[in-house]
Amino acid sequence: MGTTNKALEKKINKKISKSVTSDFQIGDNFCIDIKELDSIFTALKEKSFDLIGPTVKEQTIAFDQIESVKDLPEGYTDEQSPGIYRVKKTDSKTLFNFTTGSNSLKKYLYPPHHTLWTASRNKGNFTVKENIPNLKPLAIIGLRACDLKAMFVQDRVLTQGEYKDSYYQLRRNSLFIVAVNCSRSVSTCFCTSMGSGPSVTNDFDLALTELITNTTHKFRLEVGSDKGLDVVKNLKFKAATNKELNDAKEVIKKTTNSITRQLDLHHLDVILKGSHDHKIWDEIGKECLNCGNCTMACPTCFCHTLEDTTDLTGSTAQRTRRWDSCFTIEFSYLHGGSVRTSSGARYRHWMTHKLATWIEQFDMSGCVGCGRCITWCPVGIDITEVAQTLRQTVLDEAHAVAWEEI
Amino acid sequence: METTIEHNCEQVVNNNHTMTPTIYRVEKNRRDTHDTFTLHLSPEDQPLETVYEPGQFNMLYAFGVGEVPISISGDTTEWPKLVHTIRAVGSVTNALQSLATGDSIGVRGPYGKPWPVEATKGKDIILVAGGIGLAPLRPAIYQILHNRESYGKVILLYGSRRPLDILFRKELEKWRSRLDMFVDVTVDSSDRNWNGNVGVVPRLIDTANFDPIDTAAFVCGPEVMMRFTAMALNKRGVSSDNIYVSLERNMKCGVGLCGHCQMSNQFICKDGPVYTYSQVRETVLIREI
Ligand SMILES: Cc1cc2nc3c(=O)[nH]c(=O)nc-3n(C[C@H](O)[C@H](O)[C@H](O)COP(=O)(O)OP(=O)(O)OC[C@H]3O[C@@H](n4cnc5c(N)ncnc54)[C@H](O)[C@@H]3O)c2cc1C
Ligand code: SF4
Ligand code: FES
Repeated sequence: MGTTNKALEKKINKKISKSVTSDFQIGDNFCIDIKELDSIFTALKEKSFDLIGPTVKEQTIAFDQIESVKDLPEGYTDEQSPGIYRVKKTDSKTLFNFTTGSNSLKKYLYPPHHTLWTASRNKGNFTVKENIPNLKPLAIIGLRACDLKAMFVQDRVLTQGEYKDSYYQLRRNSLFIVAVNCSRSVSTCFCTSMGSGPSVTNDFDLALTELITNTTHKFRLEVGSDKGLDVVKNLKFKAATNKELNDAKEVIKKTTNSITRQLDLHHLDVILKGSHDHKIWDEIGKECLNCGNCTMACPTCFCHTLEDTTDLTGSTAQRTRRWDSCFTIEFSYLHGGSVRTSSGARYRHWMTHKLATWIEQFDMSGCVGCGRCITWCPVGIDITEVAQTLRQTVLDEAHAVAWEEI
Repeated sequence: METTIEHNCEQVVNNNHTMTPTIYRVEKNRRDTHDTFTLHLSPEDQPLETVYEPGQFNMLYAFGVGEVPISISGDTTEWPKLVHTIRAVGSVTNALQSLATGDSIGVRGPYGKPWPVEATKGKDIILVAGGIGLAPLRPAIYQILHNRESYGKVILLYGSRRPLDILFRKELEKWRSRLDMFVDVTVDSSDRNWNGNVGVVPRLIDTANFDPIDTAAFVCGPEVMMRFTAMALNKRGVSSDNIYVSLERNMKCGVGLCGHCQMSNQFICKDGPVYTYSQVRETVLIREI
């Protein structure tokens, strides 16, 4: 095996020294052009980061490995509504004029397939060897506020409980984040309701706001951490002017105002937990295909299964961790049958977890308002609409009771 | 043979080895009934890191086939040896059944919250088991009998489907002959050689002799059996806070990370499997929760 993870981490930490000696500090704002943006990418690569950024892939915008700004989806924009996703190429020179793509950071920090160990057998006996992957540190480019919040949620679930996910922790420790403030929204976005967007406020190393006019193309660059400072300190960027800072603020304000979808959180957890008998679950159960798309696309869903397999000779075996979905009937299987046999009960379980029981478990919501579950549901089931229906029922019932009491 | 588990604790930031089994050897695989067997295991090299308690479970791995949650059924003072009693019902449990003396088995654990054997000292103890549910209760029985003077009355009520399904029959007979313990057994349907009770186990509660105000009940069996048992105990005046049940759900990780065992806001693998009945009474009644 090549470099061990520990050695790698050390290497990164040395390169990104914690004590930065320059006049720059966290919270500083610069204004850079595309070339200068590319110089950040180069600096990151020199520090041995693999760059992951938005790319156009199979008619969607998805995170993948990139090398330079040339690989970013120039001029691309997206349209999303329940069950519908489309990318569109425009003549514009924008690099980040779209929203969340089909995948999220989850794929990198918490991979869909991961071999945990292999075992080899000699007659009735066997030995087990842990799989220690040789990981290169990642720099994620163009991470949006909702996905950043989702990472924060996964941090809580996977690294701050009684038991921790070490693969995630390792990836996370060496992650460099270049976030981007959204300059547009789509109809499925509801980050404003969840307090997670559209602008990034913390947990990033660098953050960009794209500023484009007919004649200029610039980015406001905000430094969010020592790591971020270390990357830009030698790059001699110009400080952002007041006008540029204001322009960036305007971009965010415009985006915030464009978001119309809402999820009313007031007592929503109580409403959900009290609605397990609601007829809506049966109705959704009839529509839902149990495809699990919503759970795969969700940046916070963490359920997985463990698969044991052997090679053809039966002498070596493997355990693989694989993303799983609570929408499958096997998920809750016990000898004699599954606990959640109906499709409606499985949707109820998922939604109640996201918006109610998650809060009891982790002191935060399991939903960040990215809207992916709405967009990527082939039949367009809309979590915000379901929540509103449940709320309306409670209101109607309360209303009826109030009338009876008069 | 040497184990070559590489924990690599230095390289991996934290306890990744919670996902890697520790190798144990089968000392003995004893047949209990037509479908149930008991594995006696000892560590091949390093034992599990944590001392286990009655009511906890391990994830047992049969090479190449899979891993399943199985309660500890032996005397916990015999650590680091392990005893597990298993009913062969499917692929993994069948593979475990075919293990012979000397074979390796993978073990992860111990996981879950135990029976509150220490915290209930001074009380009358009533243990109610149905079917294979006697296995997870046996370590509690051992521990209570080791400290017999610390408890009031000790009652064990056990129900099985038919006489031939009765688990730990010899041990039940031994306990039954003790003067400091009351043991009663019932079967759902009898055969010619059966002299005992016929009927479901909650019925035995109506006539058992204990002080309802100062009793702790440990109940383990199928979920419906536990519900009816708790109702019968409630009727006798035992508060739901003093009734402990052990819940069962699909479990893949055992450590609260895979989501499979979730019931409402509980990860039963780490928050349970042992709960007071008052904690779960309402939840278990919800359809398909
Ligand atoms: C906390 C706990 C303690 C248990 N203690 C014991 C015990 O001491 N003795 C004993 O005989 N059994 C016990 N069980 C039940 C035992 O885990 C199942 O019988 C076993 O998982 C069946 O696996 P299988 O592959 O043989 O069956 P299959 O029917 O082939 O099962 C396929 C898969 O479904 C899941 N599964 C099926 N049934 C169950 C079940 N009842 N509980 C959990 N997962 C299941 C498993 O993931 C299994 O790999 C316990 C279960 C739990 C949750
Ligand atoms: S809600 Fe939609 S995306 Fe989720 S499982 Fe059902 S059909 Fe698939
Ligand atoms: S078994 Fe994985 S969360 Fe409980």
